[in-house]
Amino acid sequence: MTVTDPDVALFEELRPTAAQTFEAGQHKSLPVYFAWAAVNAGVVLLLFFGITGSASGWWPLLAITTLLGGGGAATAWLLYKDSTPGIKNHGVWFSGLNRRGWAGWIAGIGMTAFYCVLYWWKDGWGTHPLHGGVAILEPLSQLLRGGPSDKWFLYGFAYTLAVLVFGVRMAMKYRHSRYHLIRTGSVAFFQLGFAFLLPGLLKQFSQAEFYFSYFWPLKPEYLLPFSIGWTIDGGSLGRAMILWGALASFVAVPLLTYRFGKRWYCSWVCGCGGLAETLGDPWRQLSDKSERAWRIERWMIHSVLVLIVFVTGLLWIHEALGRPWWSDGGQAMYYKTYGFLIGAAFSGVIGVGFYPIMGSRVWCRFGCPQAAILGLFQRFFSRFRITTNGGQCISCGNCSTYCEMGIDVRAYAQKERNIVRASCVGCGVCAAVCPRGVLKLEGGERTDRFEGADAPLHDMLRAMGVLREDYDR
Amino acid sequence: MHVAILGNGIAGTTVARHLRKRDPDVRITLISGESTYHYSRPALMYIYMGHLRYQDTKPYEDHFWSDNRIALKRGWVTRIDTAGRTLHFEDGGSMAWDRLVLATGSQPNRFGWPGQDLDRVHGLYSLQHLVSLERMTPQLQHAVIVGGGLIGIELAEMLHTRHIPVTMLVRERSYWDNVLPAEEAQMVSRAIHAEGIDLRLQTELSAIHDDGHGGAGAVSTSQGDRIPCQFVGLTAGVRPNLKAVEGSGIETARGILVDWQLRTSADGVFAAGDCAELRTPEGERNVIQQVWYTGRFQGEVCAENVLGGTQDYVKRTWFNSAKFLDIEYQVYGDVPNLPHDGQHNLYWEHESGRKSLRIVHDGHTVLGFNLMGIRYRHDVCERWIEAGASIDDVLPKLGDANFDPEFHARHEGQIRAALFEQLEATR
Repeated sequence: MTVTDPDVALFEELRPTAAQTFEAGQHKSLPVYFAWAAVNAGVVLLLFFGITGSASGWWPLLAITTLLGGGGAATAWLLYKDSTPGIKNHGVWFSGLNRRGWAGWIAGIGMTAFYCVLYWWKDGWGTHPLHGGVAILEPLSQLLRGGPSDKWFLYGFAYTLAVLVFGVRMAMKYRHSRYHLIRTGSVAFFQLGFAFLLPGLLKQFSQAEFYFSYFWPLKPEYLLPFSIGWTIDGGSLGRAMILWGALASFVAVPLLTYRFGKRWYCSWVCGCGGLAETLGDPWRQLSDKSERAWRIERWMIHSVLVLIVFVTGLLWIHEALGRPWWSDGGQAMYYKTYGFLIGAAFSGVIGVGFYPIMGSRVWCRFGCPQAAILGLFQRFFSRFRITTNGGQCISCGNCSTYCEMGIDVRAYAQKERNIVRASCVGCGVCAAVCPRGVLKLEGGERTDRFEGADAPLHDMLRAMGVLREDYDR
Repeated sequence: MHVAILGNGIAGTTVARHLRKRDPDVRITLISGESTYHYSRPALMYIYMGHLRYQDTKPYEDHFWSDNRIALKRGWVTRIDTAGRTLHFEDGGSMAWDRLVLATGSQPNRFGWPGQDLDRVHGLYSLQHLVSLERMTPQLQHAVIVGGGLIGIELAEMLHTRHIPVTMLVRERSYWDNVLPAEEAQMVSRAIHAEGIDLRLQTELSAIHDDGHGGAGAVSTSQGDRIPCQFVGLTAGVRPNLKAVEGSGIETARGILVDWQLRTSADGVFAAGDCAELRTPEGERNVIQQVWYTGRFQGEVCAENVLGGTQDYVKRTWFNSAKFLDIEYQVYGDVPNLPHDGQHNLYWEHESGRKSLRIVHDGHTVLGFNLMGIRYRHDVCERWIEAGASIDDVLPKLGDANFDPEFHARHEGQIRAALFEQLEATR
């Protein structure tokens, strides 16, 4: 049932004037921001049309890194340095870029286009649009990896640069909170070290390019028979990598999640989370908070988990039976189906490309099988919860609005209930934006998490629509 | 039975929700002229500042009301007929009821200032106030805020985000020092100055001057200054909103008079929240509580009694919280601005001048906590106060109460040492 609310319409009507008076003389440093954005656009165009395709030597890379990285970090610093430390979400819902206005749509379409080109550009269509960027990175690739640059190296480089630059922005914005400073430092460290430098160095030493901060089932290849083959061929280091992945999947995940909640991974280590927590922060408010979205989320994310468990099992049975169905060990089947649908289309194109449209955690919330497993542990076997401080909630809605996972945090806080949700990645922004300091992320005894609430399974069944009853009991 | 609830703020909404929790069959109508759906009044400022949209301030999704069979009626009530048990609306309509709950809230105080009824002179209480402020914003060159309470500083912060210079006229010696003890009041005053807001202490409004078109053009102050402005924000406190009960015969004083079961003088009519004035025995001042939390607690009790219960409203151990620009504030228990007889204060302030802790005690028992820039646990503080914990026992355990985020600097060691020293000195 759709009921239109005349008050919503009234405020929508007032918004353009509000935005105008807000933006008039907003930031003295806004021109710097636009200059940086223009440089960005220029560089992207340059790379896309391969103009620098014949570039050689270090200077184009240094120049572009300085312009994008240094300029971006300096811009972030300039934008926030004059405001007193504290939550300053001023004008978020006035900005077209942040509130799904035309600027937001352009950004979303642009980012989606980038991913489509990255994943699906066919050789027969002419020079690859990212050819210029790949060429610029040649000297760095030779130095780090001891081999030629390619589009995946370009992607890794751009990804890491984005985490670092927007990490500076994140740190400036939340500089009053040491939780956010340390957490942002952590995602930057893991992206730069574990997901960019280390994999490159491994390649240098003729090993498979291995990302130490990802494991099965987020990176299913790390436990599939055909890829274990190529890792083992790499020698003792290869076996160490498999051991690392298996330990992470089956030991670290349960133990660390029991102690800290899924945040130890999702908002401290994971690269997808790292990008969401930095580049994605300006769009966190766009996640859908409705109960309907929650129901869809439960079905989708667990379906992906079931699918990957099924695919993994199938490929191992196939291997055990002596490869009766696919001569390549199922590699082609895997990449054509799961790899295309989930790995490329969902986690990349939709997951990141749609930041400005659906918020920064679409993949993490609706698709990531790793998040699904961590979430089940968090919901049932963890000491983690977000505590609500007595009866102090004023129902303002800042927590729910700025929850990137679309959790209606307020629904719990205003009932003086703790928040124990499978999807919570523990970013801590709800606790930071609360104007009454009502929320706190913490551990504690596992048994007292649900005080005043129902048993975990009950809530989950209700969320999935299996149990139906009034929302407000 | 049909229960009509007049007002969809926190008190009225809580009544409606708790009626439905207690009784699946009662017919409930929630009435408001202000908004179609319940929204969070304290969040008004975040809409203006662009942190939230209006729809984000609605604590329940729109389908919640039909799911719970709570009918919503938009309209202003002009007359209450208690004998005929009927409400009459501005648009000529009427509605019959078996029980009526008045939850009409507050309105900003006006103290008879010359010019107080000019255009662009109002408080920040309702959705209509916010809409009016938004509409006039493009023509504002300067704004004057009258009164130093919680809403005054919010309004100043709001206008500040739109780059509208603000002058605040505050009667007291420092900000809100009729509630806050001197050190905390000075801390907030410093923060206001640091933000570039022109805070004029010990200054009162004398008159608001017409700009020649029926709107505010300037104010004069008790100091003899004349300040040109296009908006005057009235934030010198609120008083119960009695407009709807006028002429109904329901007994009122400052607010709608009720007993401690929230019954008014008219049969079948109850009142809850800001608008209710609780009768006390001869010689004591009647109780009016005008914060969000008390509206909620009164709403729960009211629902019980509307359905025939006889539950008394019991004042809980006092607590409140707010945010002054970037400085968070919490209070638990009894912390008067000036210590009453037999009360002692222990006070610690961080070297930054932006964090503090005050403990009020009577020489032995802990009576209250005041916190600036530090969060403490509600249940721990409340337990200490209600159990009459001794100050000597509480000081070593202060860390148990800390509610600050992980990794944030903890000051309990320093606080404990400083407060023990002060305690020894008083003994």
